[in-house]
Amino acid sequence: MNDLLSLSMILFTIGAVGVLVRRNALIVFMCVELMLNATNLAFVAFAREHGNLDGQLAAFFVMVVAAAEVVVGLAIIIAIHRSRGSISVDEVRQVRG
Amino acid sequence: MIIWLLVAFPALGAALLLTWGKESDRFGHLIATAASAASFVWGLVLFVQLLGRDHDDRTVTESLFTWISTGPQGSGAFHVEMSFVYDPLAALFVLLITGVGTLIHVYSIGYMEHDDRRRRFFAFLNLFVAAMLVLVLAGDYLVLFLGWEGVGLASYLLIGFWQHKPSAAAAAKKAFVVNRVGDIGMALAIMLMFKEFGTTEIAAVGDSVAGATANTITALGLLLLLGACGKSAQVPLQSWLLDAMEGPTPVSALIHAATMVTAGVYLVVRSNAIFDASETARTAVVIVGLVTLIAGAIIGCAKDDIKKALAGSTMSQIGYMMLAAGLGPAGYAFAIFHLVTHGFFKANMFLGAGSVMHAMDDDVNMRHYGALRTALPVTFATFGLGYLAIIGFPGFSGFFSKDKIIEAALAHNVWIGLATVLGAGITAFYMTRLMAMTFAGQKRWKDEVHPHESPRVMTVPLMVLAAASVLGGILLLGDWITDWLEPVVGHTEHHEVVIGGVELAPIAVSALVTLVVAAGVAIAWATYGRREVEGETPEKVSILTRFARNDLYGDTVNEWVAVRPTMGLARGLARFDQHGLHRAITGFVELIGEGATAMRSWQNGFVRSYALGVFLGALALTLALLVVIWR
Repeated sequence: MNDLLSLSMILFTIGAVGVLVRRNALIVFMCVELMLNATNLAFVAFAREHGNLDGQLAAFFVMVVAAAEVVVGLAIIIAIHRSRGSISVDEVRQVRG
Repeated sequence: MIIWLLVAFPALGAALLLTWGKESDRFGHLIATAASAASFVWGLVLFVQLLGRDHDDRTVTESLFTWISTGPQGSGAFHVEMSFVYDPLAALFVLLITGVGTLIHVYSIGYMEHDDRRRRFFAFLNLFVAAMLVLVLAGDYLVLFLGWEGVGLASYLLIGFWQHKPSAAAAAKKAFVVNRVGDIGMALAIMLMFKEFGTTEIAAVGDSVAGATANTITALGLLLLLGACGKSAQVPLQSWLLDAMEGPTPVSALIHAATMVTAGVYLVVRSNAIFDASETARTAVVIVGLVTLIAGAIIGCAKDDIKKALAGSTMSQIGYMMLAAGLGPAGYAFAIFHLVTHGFFKANMFLGAGSVMHAMDDDVNMRHYGALRTALPVTFATFGLGYLAIIGFPGFSGFFSKDKIIEAALAHNVWIGLATVLGAGITAFYMTRLMAMTFAGQKRWKDEVHPHESPRVMTVPLMVLAAASVLGGILLLGDWITDWLEPVVGHTEHHEVVIGGVELAPIAVSALVTLVVAAGVAIAWATYGRREVEGETPEKVSILTRFARNDLYGDTVNEWVAVRPTMGLARGLARFDQHGLHRAITGFVELIGEGATAMRSWQNGFVRSYALGVFLGALALTLALLVVIWR
């Protein structure tokens, strides 16, 4: 149990630091996924610990939302790359193109 | 009896003249004079009718309409009838106001002939007559207040008639403001009446007095006295009257000598039920009258401006009336008697002064006059008769009316009586001084002045008023005036004058007064008649003279007691508003603005800094949760 949670925390921290320090939108994106999956891991661990399915249910929801997010997010990244030729998040300070 | 017609004539005249266009400039003054004269004639008709009635049946009440009503009368609701009461007291006033008023209208036709705004002047005169008639005919204190404010308005408009002169505009404003102070007393008295008695009708208030507490009556009396002080220019609200001389001279004669300023005396006499029941209020009236009588006389002694000297005299004479009214049942009738005779001789002398000014190119400084008796024979003769009347020359109207007051005062209290005798002496002094400086002595005219007698339209009113000044005393024949006023003011009690255990006959009192008057005349003649008067106002004078020249520093007192504290308060409030309230509001606004500026820099467009914010927020939330759990 502790091992699972520790792994979850480590993954989440890596993801969080990645979101904060990296500029490449794709990497940031992957780090967000990492954070989501770290939480999923925690959910599932707690579900197993308590012996009910609530945590697993939540994990499925997160996966569905993450899938949707990936679709929208990748589409945005492609659009930005097309308009600016770069996918650095610091480049998109202004919304207007 | 149709009483409202008295008011309707001049009110209609005023409305007509104020709304009619320029084409009425040619005949507007005639309309106004006719309106005033019609009112006088109607007043005479009513007076004769009243004479024909039984002695105890001489009060006619006429209710025109219900003015204000929140419920039926007598149920504690506020109910005011627009009612007129015509009784012996009102009848005398109606004749005085419309009679003297009409003469002054006639005089003004000549006096204001070269003024572009003559029509407007006559409209205001008519407005004044109408308001004054409402005042004296009112059957309810609230209706009286309507007339009271009406004459205040007319007075304001007429003092400031030559509004292009800053001094006239300021004088009008001053009169208005000082009168408002008195009006506070009047308004509070009316409110107190309604609260205590549930009615403001004059007769009903008089009937309710018996059932009221002593404190209520005293408060009512003192509040009414405050109102009377404002209108009648009594100390401490006297300061406006001298400045009011900025108005055209007929106005000074009509409003600030003969009629309006006597409204205070009228109010006290009309409210005799209240003053009869309160010794304290009566004493206050006597003191006010006495102080004003002496103060006015002293001021009159030092003024070189002929109108201001007469204004001081007016103050002093109204002081006599106030004092008489304060003596209670022994004095009411004599206050009114002196009021009527004073109305005649003071109007006469003011109009005479106007005639002199007319001749001297509107110069009012008596030091530039002298020897006018030959240049202005008619004015001199009429003025002289008025002079003899005011100093109380035996046989003239002032002799009878003033003697009666002095006699009543002596019977009331020896010292008050002696003060009134002294006042008579000072009156003789300043009036002789005025006569000597104006009509006697050598010419001290300015070079370009060529005096000429005024036209007939101005001298005829002078003659009529002079005749009335001489003959006014006949009202006392057979105690007619005390009998006549008895239904209103009650029986005039007669008290013997007793000084040091010795009873003085009225003839002895008259002799004493005449002696003092003769002394006053002699001193004045020795100072101003026999010796040559200086052509310019001397600078080196005694403290007393300087005191009197500055109106006994009444304005200075007002300045320190009322004007400066008020201005200080106003300035303080303005400063608090600007630096306190204003700063607080703008400071708050600036705080919001600066906060917004600071927070705007957080929105920098860097996604990662937003993310950091989210993380920090989540961290803070988590920490907070932990703190709550662990506690």
